Amino acid sequence: MAQDIKYTVEHEWIRIEGGNVAVIGITEFAQDALGDLVFVDLPQVGRKVSKGDDFAVVESVKTAAEVYTPVTGEIVAVNDNLSGDPELIKKSMDDGWIAKIRMEDPAEISGLMTRADYEKFLADNAH
Amino acid sequence: MDAAIKITPLHDAHLKLKAKMGAFAGYDMPLYYEAGVMAEHHWTRSHAGLFDVSHMGQVMVTGAGAKAFFEKITPSSFGAVPLGRAKYTVMTNAQGGIIDDLIVTKVSDERYFAVVNAGCKDKDFAWMKQNLPAGVHMDIMDNRALIALQGPQAEAVLRDALHIDADGMPYMWFMETDMADGTHLFISRLGYTGEDGFEISVPNDMAEAVWTHFTMHGAVKPVGLAARDSLRLEMGYPLYGHDIDDTTSPVEAGLSWVMGKDNTGFTGADLVVPQLARGTARQRVGIKLTERGVAREGAEIVANGAVIGKLTSGGPAPSLDNQCVGMGYVPAALAAPGTKLAVRVRGKDIAAEVASLPFMKARTKSMKLAA
Repeated sequence: MAQDIKYTVEHEWIRIEGGNVAVIGITEFAQDALGDLVFVDLPQVGRKVSKGDDFAVVESVKTAAEVYTPVTGEIVAVNDNLSGDPELIKKSMDDGWIAKIRMEDPAEISGLMTRADYEKFLADNAH
Repeated sequence: MDAAIKITPLHDAHLKLKAKMGAFAGYDMPLYYEAGVMAEHHWTRSHAGLFDVSHMGQVMVTGAGAKAFFEKITPSSFGAVPLGRAKYTVMTNAQGGIIDDLIVTKVSDERYFAVVNAGCKDKDFAWMKQNLPAGVHMDIMDNRALIALQGPQAEAVLRDALHIDADGMPYMWFMETDMADGTHLFISRLGYTGEDGFEISVPNDMAEAVWTHFTMHGAVKPVGLAARDSLRLEMGYPLYGHDIDDTTSPVEAGLSWVMGKDNTGFTGADLVVPQLARGTARQRVGIKLTERGVAREGAEIVANGAVIGKLTSGGPAPSLDNQCVGMGYVPAALAAPGTKLAVRVRGKDIAAEVASLPFMKARTKSMKLAA
């Protein structure tokens, strides 16, 4: 459900699964800014990450973008399908997620933006 | 937009085409259009890409001493060069470094046409003026735009769109011609993509009309600077300020082929010429990643655990299935193709090796005139 998705100012989306697992991907805005994707540098499963860390890199022909985690926890899964087909990131959340992080403190997500907040943020920062 | 930033005569045309614009060498230039970098890259290799390169500097040098002038500021020889032939060369400084790379065309014995990089043109023109002998005149042609048409269909497009027949015109040749409306064009069969194609110098006030003749053609798409960079990277063509600069000699840059055997009097010759026999400590080489990953300019080159240099260019090569390629300077002992290296990206070493340049074969025409 759309209301379960949260957003960051760095243009990640976060979907919560099972109460304490954050599934993270990058938003359409970030996808459009990057253009044609050629490589995703995925983290190791088991890696501990802290809120604000970059844990993956999405590479396009022209640039590279770090993906940041808005939550502290442990990476419990990565989307290996992206290794063969980085453009899957753009297909859907189910196909294009990057990593799943088991959160130490699920309350961390409460500070993130809702879809409406994120759309307002994009509109305010458009130029 | 910064008030100090410059625009080309095709700026409106780019905005109409909804280009993503960005600053390059002081100009507001198209980085890519609606098709995107990848599509523009592939279109250029399969059809014809249209590039605005009006930010580059064009200059006509005239006078009996023009040949001697170019043999002073570049290490090339122009005596045996036939009229109408364009040459790629470099301008050298007293330390043997490269001031800029440029194309010099011998239009006639006393008339030479040169095209220099946008980011260098102010220093280039100042240097040229400073070295200009009495009786030789230089005319900076900022009244002209420059349009590049590149790709296997370029010759057909030139015929269809401008009714100009380039059949039989070899690679690295030049012609002057008038369009039906009297617009005077300089057409050079060369480019920065490895494809057949042309660079067309057109008066500023006719630039958009010529551009539009091309964009209306079904085989043509506009291409921005981002794909211009990936196209030239696949060919191993150096980009000034990145792969070559004031501190790299033509010999270590792998450009000794531009040097004329009988030209020993050019600026910096005392330092550069002995390098031909003696070799140089470092050499510019192609580097390709042999593991998955992307390495860009600035990534450290590693051999046996030690950092030996940095990539001066690098990125995915769309025509090579996005394999990552780049260039950089390495010690001469590690410059042979096949030498195993690594490239360090965000603290991780990605396996790589020295590769022959170009990464893919050029598809330009023969340089020979038909018999």
